[in-house]
Amino acid sequence: MPSDPILFSSSPFPDLPVIRPDAPVLLEIRDLHARVEAKAILKGVNLTIRAGEIHAVMGRNGSGKSTLSKVLAGHPSYTVTGGSVTYRGENLLELEPETRARAGVFLGFQYPVEIPGVSNLEFLRVSTNARRVHRGEAELDTFEFEDLVRERLQVVQMDPAFLERSVNEGFSGGEKKRNEILQMALLEPLVAILDETDSGLDIDALRIVAGGVNHLATPDTATLLITHYQRLLDAITPDYVHVMAAGRILRTGGKELALELEQRGYDWVDAELAALEGAEADRLPAEVA
Amino acid sequence: MSSPQAVGDLVSQPYKYGFVTDIETEKIAKGLSEDVVRLISSKKQEPAFLLDFRLRAYRHWLTMAEPDWAALGYPPVDYQEIIYYAAPKQQAKKASLDEVDPKLLETFDKLGIPLSEQKRLSNVAVDAVFDSVSIATTYKEKLAEHGVIFGSISEAVKEHPELIERYLGTVVPSNDNYFAALNSAVFSDGSFVFIPRGVECPMELSTYFRINSGDTGQFERTLIVAEEGASVSYLEGCTAPMFDTNQLHAAVVELVVLDDASIKYSTVQNWYAGDENGVGGIYNFVTKRGQCRGARSKISWTQVETGSAITWKYPSCVLQGADSVGEFYSVALTNNRQQADTGTKMIHVGPRTRSTIVSKGISAGHSANSYRGLVQIGPKAVGAKNYSQCDSMLIGDQAAANTYPYIRSQQPQAAVEHEASTCRISEDQLFYLQSRGIGFEEAVSMMVSGFCRDVFNQLPMEFAAEADKLLALKLEGSVG
Repeated sequence: MPSDPILFSSSPFPDLPVIRPDAPVLLEIRDLHARVEAKAILKGVNLTIRAGEIHAVMGRNGSGKSTLSKVLAGHPSYTVTGGSVTYRGENLLELEPETRARAGVFLGFQYPVEIPGVSNLEFLRVSTNARRVHRGEAELDTFEFEDLVRERLQVVQMDPAFLERSVNEGFSGGEKKRNEILQMALLEPLVAILDETDSGLDIDALRIVAGGVNHLATPDTATLLITHYQRLLDAITPDYVHVMAAGRILRTGGKELALELEQRGYDWVDAELAALEGAEADRLPAEVA
Repeated sequence: MSSPQAVGDLVSQPYKYGFVTDIETEKIAKGLSEDVVRLISSKKQEPAFLLDFRLRAYRHWLTMAEPDWAALGYPPVDYQEIIYYAAPKQQAKKASLDEVDPKLLETFDKLGIPLSEQKRLSNVAVDAVFDSVSIATTYKEKLAEHGVIFGSISEAVKEHPELIERYLGTVVPSNDNYFAALNSAVFSDGSFVFIPRGVECPMELSTYFRINSGDTGQFERTLIVAEEGASVSYLEGCTAPMFDTNQLHAAVVELVVLDDASIKYSTVQNWYAGDENGVGGIYNFVTKRGQCRGARSKISWTQVETGSAITWKYPSCVLQGADSVGEFYSVALTNNRQQADTGTKMIHVGPRTRSTIVSKGISAGHSANSYRGLVQIGPKAVGAKNYSQCDSMLIGDQAAANTYPYIRSQQPQAAVEHEASTCRISEDQLFYLQSRGIGFEEAVSMMVSGFCRDVFNQLPMEFAAEADKLLALKLEGSVG
């Protein structure tokens, strides 16, 4: 075994106690490698997420944070080249994106796309019913769904007028993000991955979105926040903070790690990464053998 | 899986209506001549004025050349290889449906157009045209109580020759264009609708055209007249069997609208489109034109074009009456090797005439889809207004979309507005819907029907859902 327990232990959180050891593991990522076109982006991500946990993944642009979220949701542009992802004991990577969503994996997009002509209300209803059918529940008709959606709109303090518009079309950045959280409130995912949900939000919108996420977090669900900034973590307190660099998780800590990043910046991450890559280069021939 | 290739695969849904009804048919010999024109007319026991009309058209047609300005490519049509008259063998038209050959009823049943008393649609009267003849019209008597005439044009020629003589060829003259002249010479059947003054037609009217023979051309002629203050909503549907040869379909539709009257004409065209290599399919060369003769009259064309190997079609409005209104709402879907050159002409003649054009083209596979439209404002059309919107959606990266808008204005105070857009169903949009639990095919179909929403909203309620389903069918396929 290499000497540095943080960098080389097979345990994802070697220096942290598992907060809820009895809670079931929802998502288990093992040595995940992925590329987009010919470019390798993820180079061995390890992460275990249990029910009731909130994880934050931080890191610079290009560190692989967003790729991780897209791979977990099954975006067709990304190819998994190694490793595994197990969701509630099932091989997640084998599932179509829609099946993952129905099974309870939710991705809140950094840039939700506009879909002209498709009514937001109808979209939300079809989506919610797909998840309900998967859970063995009855589909909601338009009237039942209206009732549900009006109740859930309160989670994100959204104007019902948004239901009448096309999906995300002409929505402001903040409105799009609220629409994402509304979808999350309707789909009731077990694992919610929120990719830079805080980007482009003013302080009020951030408070509403974070309030929504906190409201939806339960002991049975887990949240994976992908973010650049401490300010989201002021509003949503993570149990674990992971620092990503060059396609893997370089360091894992408690919520104080985010504060450290805020104060020290990412330069020390670069230094650690350089050291790690040096160590790997020395070690590589032996490991390959 | 959701690569552009997969999106392309999606659109290769087998054609549902490709069966042939095995029925004894009376056909005349191949080829076109003055004798053939006379033969058709005599088979139909037509009055002299109609034979004259046909002969004038035929003689003019001989002097004309097939138009080549459309963005369409196809081998030359051999007009001597076509049969110009084919009819299922039965004694003329039956007085009652019980006497109609059950095979024919079965055929229409299979097409989802039940004609028998028990099963027919409760609020839609249907005229069913099989190859060259109309075989049945439902609710004729009920409509007659309101003074509405609805039935085959052949019957109308016998029963109301004065109406036919007064209106036939007055909107689309027999020498209007190559295909209209051909149709005027050899037209076999079609529908005739007459809504008398002040009558709002109590039900939707619909004609269903079925081509059955492999070597027969279909040349139907439809004439709809709405007198002062009358209104009607009319829908035509079309299907054909799958043959590896091409069949010619050259129809003419004329609409006449008097003061304060309105006609809403909707088409769901699902002729056989040929296979994925472009073998077979209908050549659809259609002239549709309506004339708003009266003040405050209105014509609204709505078309959903999903079939045919070649579509050449420009439903138009001549806005003569003051304050008259023309509308054109179109969805044209092409796939595989299909080619469509379709659009409209809005001819503003009278003052304060208004027109709206909304065209949605969807091109998939290796198909080509062109919008071609003319907005013409004459010198007397003071205060005329036009709004045009032409949107194209591309599926996959092999399809083509073109827009050819022509605007001619001789009236400085007219307002003409044109908007155009092109979009592609993007992988990110599909992924977004999928990541919300919506399957790939449903996601594509949601986006396509969203794209067409403005047009579908114009269809009569009973058919809007049909059209949505038809597009979904055309887009459903082998994935998953």
